[in-house]
Amino acid sequence: MPGELKIRVNEQVRTVSAAPDTPLLYVLAGELELQGPRFGCGLAQCGSCSVLVNGVETRSCVTPVSDVQGKSITTLEGLPAWYAAQKKLRSAPPLHPVQQALIDEQAVQCGYCFNGMIIKASELLSKVPQPTEAQIRTAMNGHLCRCGTYPRVIKAIQRASRAMAGVA
Amino acid sequence: MSSVIRRDFLKTGGALIIGFSLRESLPAEDRGSVAGPPDAKQIDTWLAIHTDNTATVYIGFAELGQGNSTALLQVAAEELDLEMSQVRTVQLDTNVTPNQGGTYSSASIQRGGPQVRTAAAEARQALLQMASQKLEAPVEHLTVAKGVVSVAGSPDRSVTYGALVPDKPFHLAFTGTAPVKPPAEYKVVGARIPRNDIPDKVNGRYVYVQHVHLRGMLHGRVVRPRGQRAYGSGAKVGSLDESSIAEIPGARVVRRGDFVGVVAENEWDAVRAARQLKVTWDTAPTLPTQARLHEQMRAAKTTDRVVVQRGDVAGALAKAAHVVSESYRGPYQAHAPFGPNCAVAHVMPDRALVVCSTQDVYGTRNGLARLLDMPAEKIRVQYYEGSGTFGHSCYDDAAQAAALLSRLADKPVRLQFMRWDEHGWDNYGPAHVGEVQVASDAAGKIIAYQYEGWQHNWSAVETSAQLAGTPAADWPGGAAQQVSALNCGGMYDIANLRLVNHQLPGKDYLKGGWLRSPLDLSFSFASEQTIDALAYLAEIDPYQFRRQNITDARWLTVLDAVARSAKWTPRRAASQRSDGKVATGRGIGLGTHLVSYGAAVAEIEIHKETGRVVAKRLHGAVDAGLVVNPAFVENQISGQLVQTASRMFKEEVTFNTTNVTSLDWNSYPVLRFEECPEVTPIVVQRLNERSTGAGEEVMAAAAAAIANAFFDATGVRVREYPLTPSRVLAALSRAA
Ligand code: FES
Ligand code: FES
Repeated sequence: MPGELKIRVNEQVRTVSAAPDTPLLYVLAGELELQGPRFGCGLAQCGSCSVLVNGVETRSCVTPVSDVQGKSITTLEGLPAWYAAQKKLRSAPPLHPVQQALIDEQAVQCGYCFNGMIIKASELLSKVPQPTEAQIRTAMNGHLCRCGTYPRVIKAIQRASRAMAGVA
Repeated sequence: MSSVIRRDFLKTGGALIIGFSLRESLPAEDRGSVAGPPDAKQIDTWLAIHTDNTATVYIGFAELGQGNSTALLQVAAEELDLEMSQVRTVQLDTNVTPNQGGTYSSASIQRGGPQVRTAAAEARQALLQMASQKLEAPVEHLTVAKGVVSVAGSPDRSVTYGALVPDKPFHLAFTGTAPVKPPAEYKVVGARIPRNDIPDKVNGRYVYVQHVHLRGMLHGRVVRPRGQRAYGSGAKVGSLDESSIAEIPGARVVRRGDFVGVVAENEWDAVRAARQLKVTWDTAPTLPTQARLHEQMRAAKTTDRVVVQRGDVAGALAKAAHVVSESYRGPYQAHAPFGPNCAVAHVMPDRALVVCSTQDVYGTRNGLARLLDMPAEKIRVQYYEGSGTFGHSCYDDAAQAAALLSRLADKPVRLQFMRWDEHGWDNYGPAHVGEVQVASDAAGKIIAYQYEGWQHNWSAVETSAQLAGTPAADWPGGAAQQVSALNCGGMYDIANLRLVNHQLPGKDYLKGGWLRSPLDLSFSFASEQTIDALAYLAEIDPYQFRRQNITDARWLTVLDAVARSAKWTPRRAASQRSDGKVATGRGIGLGTHLVSYGAAVAEIEIHKETGRVVAKRLHGAVDAGLVVNPAFVENQISGQLVQTASRMFKEEVTFNTTNVTSLDWNSYPVLRFEECPEVTPIVVQRLNERSTGAGEEVMAAAAAAIANAFFDATGVRVREYPLTPSRVLAALSRAA
């Protein structure tokens, strides 16, 4: 019998009916109807399903939902608020600076991989505010893009880093 | 929350959902209730003017992340004298959008641009005539800005488009006779307008096909052997034990012939059931041994065709000063979209709805009609973007699998492929063998060229249909499936030239399909390396050698543009080799797909001890005639350069004699951030030339440039790609 699990997603406590060993991805995309985390491989190989768990980029396709009880999950949808909390801003901006930078660089093609790209880049900049290009490449190396957007993603992360440096 | 709105909206549409953007822009008259294609000879098919002075443009091409949904609106806005904020478009839908053919061969702007342009011009002409009556002024005295028509000199006498045709049909035949704007007057076309689809793609609101849900739907998964066999052999169920999933509540098996699937209310249950279901499959070997694939292809009985024959190749070869004769090999490569294909279908006894990410809604509808044995007009196919597919990946197969599952389960079904389904049952870009002979006189003028190519055609039957009983059949052929007159020497002035195509029987090999720039990487890898080898024999710089053999101004322009960008200085190839552990080299190459002109320069680095090759910088130049939005083409060139690096260094479908074995991102590696080159895209804008494709026209050139850079660095020719470490080490040790 599926139990009643409580998980914290984008600062809201949600009660879910999934069995405890269900991968978090299916709970987020199915029961909670979120569009950010999405299926890519189900094998922790591509980064399509990434979310932040206590601020750490995590592959939700291989993470049982029971593992994240008591932890704070942030999806693409909750990223601006997560950023605002980190930076102690009075209100959440419409977009995380990484998202804005991706628009400014027109970096996206099909965009399917960008959930993972944005989650990972946000994690990186929260830990290393001014990464070198080599640090960006290393951090992002586990995130694939079939459309070949890597060069513009690198530029966008650099742009976001500069923009964030300007925010108190 | 957007996703909730999305689902609620879809649910309110009842069993037959309607895409939201479509619903928003419905003009007063009913649109979407009748099976298409709508009459292409009516203006109303192409656009509608709304009361709020905006316009909806109905376009028959899919947004695939290349920006064409924005670019075609630029074309319409330009002719209508509207701002970009006043125009929008809708999702493809066989009940709504015109049939402009599929979104392939980079055709959107090439074929679609002129249709949208002339339809918009004709609508504007009609609007001006209406305004002329209303304002009691001759048409010649009217001016238009932002959809407001006014009398020149008296701006108070004005009327908006929206007031002239307030959500009403034009009821006007589309004759294609209205004059279009001269390019010199373009303001919107040619401008770097940002893409409409990007903001929602970064904020998470974009609805991909993977996000579409229908009320009451089940989740489905297919159950197939891990990795396909030879196309003609399909897959054969030996035994199937339904009780093996008995403990998964709500999951059940559906089957027609060898098409096996599971459905369940809960998605994870469907995934588990598909994994757990015990099925045994026929494992008799049907595939060639991979190590001997190319020899087998070369020895096979083929259907031969002379593609081009001019002059006397044998005679010219006999009196040439320099002759190069070489053989090259290309691998099977996969589309492997980042997100596996997905489709949602509701098949009812007398009609069906299928939502999928096909590149051709009308083509997919025909395939579904055959599969479901239902008239095409009873099937509605709607397009939602999926993950970048770059050709015929499994999107049609997903649409068919969803439709079969829905029919068998008698419920709406959402089907998503698992990673191994997509990697293992793709329509791969076919492997290739190319044998090239090229000769020049003592001064380095090319006097003879011969290319013979071996490959099979594309597969015409989707896996789902095949497993359900339709026999395998090859695609009948066509320009993109045989030796290319453009890429195989076509850019050079060569008096004596012969191109021969050897078509293999597709059923003995893996499934084939068009993969971005079909076969072109293999053609250029072979042809442009041979040209380079000839330049080397003639002791001429490879850029100069190409220049002196080309007279076509457009080929010369892209070649010069890319050489300038790379700051190319003349020297003979392989004349600056280093003895160090890391060798660097540069190479240049030409090539395209079926239209346009592409040139590239590569700068690469070879780690001689490990065999690892990395592209440090790639420059790519494209002349695609009139470029509607140079920023989009730059993005396309960048993506093509990165993908070419991936295909030249990493990508290769692997198989044993029973199955394909490259089933995920470890067994089918692709380029990653750490090895990504710096890219420099160059757009050659030609306002007065007709627009041609730009989505796949520089990959062939880049593939050749990479291979030629390898020779420059090492003095060794690579005969087969991808240039994996083991292949590179073998090539280097053979040469030593
Ligand atoms: S879907 Fe989770 S890493 Fe690929
Ligand atoms: S933008 Fe298409 S997969 Fe990355």
